[in-house]
Amino acid sequence: MGKKTVTFADEINTENYETSYAKLKQILSNKGKGLTDPVKNVEDKWELLPAFLKVKGLVKQHIDSFNFFVETELKKIIRANDMITSDVDPAFWIGPPDRPDTDHETQHNVFTPHECRLRDLTYSGNIYVDVEYVRGKTRVIRKDTIIGKLPIMLRSSKCVLTGKSEAELAKMFECPLDPGGYFIIKGTEKVILIQEQLSKNRIIVEGDRKGLVQAYVTSSTHERKSKTYIVAKNDAKNDKITLKHNSISEEIPIVIVMKAMGIQSDKEIAQLISGGNQTFLNMFSPNIEVCASMNIFTQKQALDYIGSKVKVTRKIANVRRPMAEEALEILSTVVLAHVPVKDLNFQPKCIYIAIMIRRVLMALANESLVDDRDYVGNKRLELAGSLLSLLFEDLFKKFNFDLKLNIDKLLKKPNRASEFDAHKQLMQHGDCITNGFVRAIATGNWSLKRFKMERAGITHVLSRLSYISALGTMTRITSQYEKTRKISGPRALQPSQWGMLCPADTPEGEACGLVKNLALMTHITTDDEEEPLKRLAFNLGVEDVNGLTGSELYQQNVYMVFLNGLMLGITRQPIDFVKDFRILRRCGRISEFVSIYVNHHHAAVHIASDGGRVCRPLIIVENNTPKVTSEHIKKLKQDKMKFADFLEQGLVEYLDVNEENDSNVAIYEREIDHQTTHLEIEPFTILGAVAGLIPYPHHNQSPRNTYQCAMGKQAIGAIAYNQLRRIDTLLYLMVYPQQPMVKTKTIELVGYDKLPAGQNAIVAVMSYSGYDIEDALVLNRASVDRGFGRCQVMRKHVALMKRYSNGSFDRIGDPPPSESLPTGPSADRFNILEEDGIAGVGERVSPGQVIVNRHTPTNLNTNIPVNMPIANAPVVQFTWKHAPLSYKSPETGYIDKVCITTTEQEQTLIKVLIRQTRIPELGDKFSSRHGQKGVCGIIVPQEDMPFTDSGICPDIIMNPHGFPSRMTVGKMIELLAGKAGVLKGELQYGTAFGGSKVEDMSRILIEHGYNYSGKDYVTSGRSRDGGLRLGEMERDCLVGYGASMLLMERLMISSDQFDVHVCEQCGLIGYRGWCQHCKSSKHMVTMQMPYAAKLLFQELQSMNIAPRLILEEY
Amino acid sequence: MSRKTSKSQSNAERLEQLRTRVVIEKEGVGSTSSSEFPYHSSNHQDIDYIKEFMKKFNVKIIRKEQYDMEFDLIGVDAAIANALRRIMIAEVPTMAIEKVYVYNNTSIVQDEVLAHRLGLLPIKADPDRFHFKHANEPPTDMNTIVFKIEHECTFNPKARDDETDPQKLYLGNNLLSESLIWVPKGDQEEQYASCPLRPVHNDILIVQMRPGQKIKLEAHCEKGIGKDHAKWSPVATASYRLMPEIILKQEITGDLADKFAACFTKGVVEVEEGYIEGQYVKYAKVVNPRIDMVSREALRHKEFEDKVQLTRIRDHFICTHSDNHSTGIMDSEKIFLDSVHILQAKCRRLLTALEHKLREKERNREQMDLS
Repeated sequence: MGKKTVTFADEINTENYETSYAKLKQILSNKGKGLTDPVKNVEDKWELLPAFLKVKGLVKQHIDSFNFFVETELKKIIRANDMITSDVDPAFWIGPPDRPDTDHETQHNVFTPHECRLRDLTYSGNIYVDVEYVRGKTRVIRKDTIIGKLPIMLRSSKCVLTGKSEAELAKMFECPLDPGGYFIIKGTEKVILIQEQLSKNRIIVEGDRKGLVQAYVTSSTHERKSKTYIVAKNDAKNDKITLKHNSISEEIPIVIVMKAMGIQSDKEIAQLISGGNQTFLNMFSPNIEVCASMNIFTQKQALDYIGSKVKVTRKIANVRRPMAEEALEILSTVVLAHVPVKDLNFQPKCIYIAIMIRRVLMALANESLVDDRDYVGNKRLELAGSLLSLLFEDLFKKFNFDLKLNIDKLLKKPNRASEFDAHKQLMQHGDCITNGFVRAIATGNWSLKRFKMERAGITHVLSRLSYISALGTMTRITSQYEKTRKISGPRALQPSQWGMLCPADTPEGEACGLVKNLALMTHITTDDEEEPLKRLAFNLGVEDVNGLTGSELYQQNVYMVFLNGLMLGITRQPIDFVKDFRILRRCGRISEFVSIYVNHHHAAVHIASDGGRVCRPLIIVENNTPKVTSEHIKKLKQDKMKFADFLEQGLVEYLDVNEENDSNVAIYEREIDHQTTHLEIEPFTILGAVAGLIPYPHHNQSPRNTYQCAMGKQAIGAIAYNQLRRIDTLLYLMVYPQQPMVKTKTIELVGYDKLPAGQNAIVAVMSYSGYDIEDALVLNRASVDRGFGRCQVMRKHVALMKRYSNGSFDRIGDPPPSESLPTGPSADRFNILEEDGIAGVGERVSPGQVIVNRHTPTNLNTNIPVNMPIANAPVVQFTWKHAPLSYKSPETGYIDKVCITTTEQEQTLIKVLIRQTRIPELGDKFSSRHGQKGVCGIIVPQEDMPFTDSGICPDIIMNPHGFPSRMTVGKMIELLAGKAGVLKGELQYGTAFGGSKVEDMSRILIEHGYNYSGKDYVTSGRSRDGGLRLGEMERDCLVGYGASMLLMERLMISSDQFDVHVCEQCGLIGYRGWCQHCKSSKHMVTMQMPYAAKLLFQELQSMNIAPRLILEEY
Repeated sequence: MSRKTSKSQSNAERLEQLRTRVVIEKEGVGSTSSSEFPYHSSNHQDIDYIKEFMKKFNVKIIRKEQYDMEFDLIGVDAAIANALRRIMIAEVPTMAIEKVYVYNNTSIVQDEVLAHRLGLLPIKADPDRFHFKHANEPPTDMNTIVFKIEHECTFNPKARDDETDPQKLYLGNNLLSESLIWVPKGDQEEQYASCPLRPVHNDILIVQMRPGQKIKLEAHCEKGIGKDHAKWSPVATASYRLMPEIILKQEITGDLADKFAACFTKGVVEVEEGYIEGQYVKYAKVVNPRIDMVSREALRHKEFEDKVQLTRIRDHFICTHSDNHSTGIMDSEKIFLDSVHILQAKCRRLLTALEHKLREKERNREQMDLS
């Protein structure tokens, strides 16, 4: 190992570091413990989990990413684009002040998030910049100029809620359990979903069945995104390797590319690729011949060749540069754009291409060396922060561009009345950025001019169906894959998902496996500085790329070192290099999220510090002992240690997928052997927040857990502590929610025991009557009477008092005088209005009744003089017509709340919340926590229910046929544990891969005089307004059966039957007995077909396809 | 049905057991349905059934407290015991709050929910002294009891500044059932002077409140039965079980006896010491099978196979009903007697209807004959 002097930005600590480093080395070499000693269990090591979640929170990924954006990226972007000059007046400029600027700071709004929700506002903060510009002949400095508003993520560092105590939150009407991580845009809560994509700037080798092998890289820099392919078509007539790129019109033989980059000697090229290996040399040599046969020998020739193939994108036709120059430009900046070419030094890029070729050759020689695109280590997750930063960069550039145009326009004007002040212009453009953000987040359409990116569906409305559904939206990951493609690869469960992504939580149907959810302890990295890492790598003995030739590259024991996909150089002691690097990371010298791992197939060491990698904390194991001991945990419990201390002291570290797969992780202490490098903190953290609510999931058939994950989000219960303060479009609440008898650790961690969704029912598993077949449930009338399953539905009704362009506006009117009221069925329409024309709180509302007695002006066109007060405008008299907001639902409700406020545009906004209380009825859906849903089939009086010896009647009877085929053994254990818990008066745990043991539960039952298996001796005793959909499957059944008349009736006669006039001669559709095609009415007949079919024919016609009907009598 | 009866049992004994016992097996219950019905028997041809029934039938009151009662019903068919149970749950009338007129409610509990909670409060009022109120009938002092609540929560001026306990910080933060104030109507005041109408319990929490919140309402009680809504059910529950019987086919001695005793509810089987087959050993003795919870634990252990049989006596019902836990509206005895009266009335109605039908049939026949 070379000499290790590490230089850091903070040199002062160097000495300190060296001692600690030496100490660590010493500890490493100490082999105190025998290999056969049993490893002591670290008691309660799961306590690390709440400690982890305490610092990070449940949606740490979103918040971290946003914080990184506002604190780092935002400033970087502003600094990178901080100068505007004018084409008209060369003396004019706007830029940052000379002296270092005061921190660019986004500041939160004075509004609280809850006020934004109620008033339909956007929760945002101002972006302040300091500018210096020329006014006349003087330089002016303006501080804290607002250039726009940035929506603020709740609970991020810029949010008012951050760091507030529960009492302070309560004063702001905010729920302490709400995880934050979302935005409030015009009153609606929006989440920027996590986007999954293939990692940028990494070489991926893929093959197809035809024998084609290609390596490609998606290069991504701030300026450019491009994809470069190295293709080897491995068929008989063509085994040449070529380079393919969008900006070059055809594939270029690879040797020409190398020559164009300045490596003119064939030998040098051959060496770079084969490194003296005869097999690879033989495989590659035909390519050199190709180049020679094309008479290309020098760099100039090669550049000319490539230049002739370059697609000219620029429309500026004034100066056509020489082709060679064009080619040089393309090769240096567009092809493999992420590999920097400084001063036309192509060496790194040449080696990069050589490595790509080598990888293609390796894959050709050995098929198993192609990369797995679905491997999680090859994936990057894009979060709110990076998406916003892309958006902001675009908006800011546009802002600058518009500002420049505007300034130019004004400066062109020959004689201005006043001195030109650019500050005014600056202020005028503020809406551009504000609206850009609001529009993007509100619609979910990300359209970036720079990358020609058009993405839809980036944001979702935060689902407030239940607390869990809100959490579920926050952890959801969507993928860019097309949903319609019938491919199984990306949908399959990847072994590398272990611990990072939840194996159970994915939707059923078309998005199955493409939409995923994060596991409990997953962290997503943000970008980290590369420069110090580079320096560190060189200090640890990496030899720079620029001094390398092919002969060194592929020597034995020489490993290439990559940093974020870019080659730094080589190392001759890879194992030591990696070890040292890790030691430095463990003692906090570099960010804990930097990962390093060795890939022996490629003889490469990869260091990654880029953002979007998924990683998770693990306990470090050295010399067969976990570094976290029971003493540490004790300190943690006493609050003497925090999670950060564990990281700092090198007891716990973050591993990303690539490094995790380079490690040997033990799940339990007993599995630790001399190869073990890490220990799992708790196995149940492989599940996500939603799957973590399932008790005993490890006893269930796996699809049941998946079903439950979809269903748990629909459960009605408590939503947030501020649920009664909220005015949501639709809010479902349970009157008496209960925390589950059988809890899991996840339940406690996410706070589901404080905001539960459900009730504990006494369930009898037995058959009863015939109303329980096909998963139907029997409910106890007395339980329902006493409040079982009682729910409330709150629905928002909004009336906006609009102002119109002619100066008129909506108003609220008095209820009409009683004598003028209509009689008959609608006589009581205005009954519940109070004096202010709005329905009173607590009133019962029947269908059709008026809630807000709004009037609109009849005349919206006639202008009234702007300056004249309305009272003094005798000419234009407003007349009003009724435009009341009335109650539409078929069931009566009660006015729960009325909110009168104003929007940002100073329009009066009236929100009325109407509440209904619903009691379980036939057809209502009930579910356990094991994907076992059922509808209520019958509600039976208590006296008809079976009862036990002690007189207990069940609340629910469930048919036992639900068990054998579903194999939800976890549910049976939950029943047992629940019963035992009730008898003993304590809560039981059903945590995954642990929880209360069946044996203990049986013992409790026996102790209380019950049967050990929980079997008790008992004595005996539709959706509304909807039809059933005849779906595709059902239609297929009818088609298969041949019930044609039924099909005709369901799909045409009672649906969209339409009479069409068809010409028997030409078979086209005519109109009113006239065929426009044949210009005659001779052969016209009428026939019936579905309107949809007629529409299809006409649409086909519009695309130059003539569908002709051939009619026959039958 | 009972497969495990030992060979020593004679046929007659086995038949007798089938007739009179329900057999408890390890998984499941055997011989559950009775083969008997009145005036019919396979072996006894000429018995006066009424006399026989009178001889066998017995009601033994085991435990009687004000709101709790346990009694044995011996020698009747399950149908009778069940009928009484059902009537107690669903058909014995009581008084409960049915209509709530809310004048003001600024608490966080919504009006409907508040009304529902009030409805479930047990009201101490003798239902016999009231009439049923029919749908369109106006409320009178004979069919309605009126209660009112006027409640406000305030800060406690005497509380310390740093007080966090809501009990001390606020006044009236818990609205309890004692706040229901009876408003006598008509001559109710004189009539019920000796037993003022009130909720049974004074400490039932209705709403938790915070300063500034007010509730003002009027609640009307009406008479009703449990069939219409569980709030009118006079019992927390009423149920019965069959008398358990533990038959030791062999003596269980030694340490096994302790284990055997542990298989039952405490007090069912006791371990005693004495001479068995000439040896002084510990042995298990069934003392009080009545309190056994029939957990079938003894059947689970191999050691006790063929040594024990669990059965239940088919016509011995241990009936319990209790209402002290939740309702306590009426005396336990009265609930039972009421149920018997209701059953009597039902029988009488049935008999009258039968007679009526018979007479009608007779008349029809006569008319047919005439024509």
